[in-house]
Amino acid sequence: MTALISDPAAPSLRPRRALRTAGAAPLGMLLRSRLVGALASPHGVDSYLERFNPMWAAHDVRARIVSIRRETDGEAPVATLTLQPTATWRGHRAGQHVLVGVELPGSAKRHTRAFSISSAASGPGEPITLTVRAHDEGQVSSYLVRHAAAGEIVHLSQAQGEFTLIESPATPTISRLVFITGGSGITPAMSMVRTLLRDGYHRDGVAHAGRKVTFLHFARSPEDQIFADELAAIAEADNGIDVHLRYGDQLFSEFELRRLVPDYQDTDTWLCGPPGLVELVKAAYDGSTRLQMEFFKPAVARAARPGEEIEGDVSFTRAGRTVAASGASLLEQAEELGLKPEFGCRMGICFSCTRTKTAGTVRNILTGEESALPDEEVRICVTAAAGDCHIDL
Amino acid sequence: MTALIDETTTDPGVDEKYHGLTHEEIDRLGAELDALRLRIIADLGEPDAAYLRKVVKAQRSFEIAGRALFYLPVIGWVPAVAALSVSKILDNMEIGHNVMHGQYDWMGDPTFNSRMFDWDTMAPAENWKYGHNYMHHTYTNVVGKDRDVGYGILRMDPEQKWNPYYLGNPLWAFLLMTFFEWGVAVHDLEAEEVIAGRRPLFGGENAPVWRRIRKKMGKQILKDYVLFPALTGPLFLSTLAGNAVANLVRNIWTFNIIFCGHFPAGVATFTLEETENETRGQWYLRQMLGSANITGSTLMHVMSGNLSHQIEHHLFPDIPARRYPEMAVEVQEICERYGLPYNKGPLHKQLFSVFRKIVRLSFPGGTTKAAPVRGPQAVTEDSLAA
Repeated sequence: MTALISDPAAPSLRPRRALRTAGAAPLGMLLRSRLVGALASPHGVDSYLERFNPMWAAHDVRARIVSIRRETDGEAPVATLTLQPTATWRGHRAGQHVLVGVELPGSAKRHTRAFSISSAASGPGEPITLTVRAHDEGQVSSYLVRHAAAGEIVHLSQAQGEFTLIESPATPTISRLVFITGGSGITPAMSMVRTLLRDGYHRDGVAHAGRKVTFLHFARSPEDQIFADELAAIAEADNGIDVHLRYGDQLFSEFELRRLVPDYQDTDTWLCGPPGLVELVKAAYDGSTRLQMEFFKPAVARAARPGEEIEGDVSFTRAGRTVAASGASLLEQAEELGLKPEFGCRMGICFSCTRTKTAGTVRNILTGEESALPDEEVRICVTAAAGDCHIDL
Repeated sequence: MTALIDETTTDPGVDEKYHGLTHEEIDRLGAELDALRLRIIADLGEPDAAYLRKVVKAQRSFEIAGRALFYLPVIGWVPAVAALSVSKILDNMEIGHNVMHGQYDWMGDPTFNSRMFDWDTMAPAENWKYGHNYMHHTYTNVVGKDRDVGYGILRMDPEQKWNPYYLGNPLWAFLLMTFFEWGVAVHDLEAEEVIAGRRPLFGGENAPVWRRIRKKMGKQILKDYVLFPALTGPLFLSTLAGNAVANLVRNIWTFNIIFCGHFPAGVATFTLEETENETRGQWYLRQMLGSANITGSTLMHVMSGNLSHQIEHHLFPDIPARRYPEMAVEVQEICERYGLPYNKGPLHKQLFSVFRKIVRLSFPGGTTKAAPVRGPQAVTEDSLAA
């Protein structure tokens, strides 16, 4: 905890709150008024404000990168980005994530990915931090960690997700909490722990969570450990939080958890990590409603190579129907199931049939180009599944 | 067009041909255009995004300048109208029309997404996209199917049966030009279907269309004819008049550009029967024979949203329009090799040609001769002779 307070790169959250709301509210109310909306129709007031300053917004949320600090090095380095959002940011509850949109250099395409917020719960317009691991296949995470620079503007959503501390930390209870995390799954739990310490009570200048907290984390190696210094400080201080770090081959065991928290199945627990860890912990909790978890995106089957038989299922998620990928267009496959999606030209020119592919790999029938980007808009009349894929239809 | 079909059906030697080309030639033509399309799509990137953002920035600046200059009594009025006219033309053509075609969807920017964008004109985006992107671009120049052939109120093709109403053709065209944005908005109510008794004007399937039109018109009227004039206080009437003139300038310009796209002499029209089971190559061929370009300066191309490259736009409606000039060089070369007409001319020439057609077709009869397709055979013979 002390590490957070003394860390110059970490945002100081409290003093700004009063200032920002006092200064921004009347102007914000005017900019969001119906009058201004009518004057700026149909493009919206933000498209004019942005012209003057990218940090001026009435509805959109953007953020300026204040600083980027390396947490770990190695093959998949981790960095913490401090972001100053526009005044439109409504704040977040500990454990929530945010969609971050960046235009990758060279391609001019905006890519949007979800990242957990690692800083303590924020109020409107307050700065936040994201702690991001650069994956080889993750273009956005890789860009943010390796190439992004302070001063750049990124696009944000409002905070989302229900993986949050159920009770408000501002109304302390004494019930015990357990966090079990693996790898970069530590970020939402870190936000919760930081919030507990910030909003708990202080004794002799030391923040106390005000309750007993068990934090069990699994990392590949000590070198890969995110927040190592801060975790060490938290572990050392008399703050109600026990930190247990496990490395490498030390897998999760029910036996160990029972030793740490004898009645763990009746204790509020937050779990976030890779699929292997999630499976083990889920089994240990045996259906207990006290366990809350957040998954990483499920791995999607590899796309078929040209000429290779296509293997995979097309799921039309809204209709709740699934069919084996046949190589026919997604529109035809939907129609075979009796679904009636909107369409127009059926040749890829009118965009009437555009839908969102939420996950999976598809092939453009006209260009042969394959794409595995999540949340991508596709024209279903000229797009076929190239493996498992999910269509919002 | 009619002459061409008669020829193909009476002459046994060219029975296998479609608009002057053999099916094999049409397939090859389609493959060449597909290859060009793929090459440009693969090349889309930073410069295209930067260009769009630059145009949007310019448009917003003209708009802000225009709105602000109305506060300057008397001397500010003409520059204000000019700036606002330019703003509306850029908004509707190089930005709105092209963005709503999905030309910039690949950027992944919601601001420039065809499903989110709306433009500064009466026609609501959703209605227009159906009538334009789907009906007009899929069934281009198919008489009876492409509702942009005469817009349901003009006689622009001899195939449209004459009646005395069409004596007013020039007058109707003039009125359509003057009130173009209103005309485009109500176009989607498909008046000819209503007159034929197949649907009620404001009810049935027209109900959601009409609801969107009312809502959008309300917003446009509120902005241009109530709020901005009111904000200039005592200059209310002067601002209101200025906004009306800016809208009129945009109406006249867009009408003229659009009418030069499909109605100059030499452009072919098609029947529904001949487009049944059309191949991709045939679709390409129809787009080429059914469109005409306007030659001119870079400024003219930008202000027309590059619709001055109507042929390229119809071949590649979802490719950013700023690429049409470079693609035109190759399309023209392909046309030459296949002995296809490539209809182009300066604005005044194309306009005069359209005007003549409007007047001629206000009277019964009339023929429009599609420019002849000579075919690659003829091209080869030419080159041998040379």
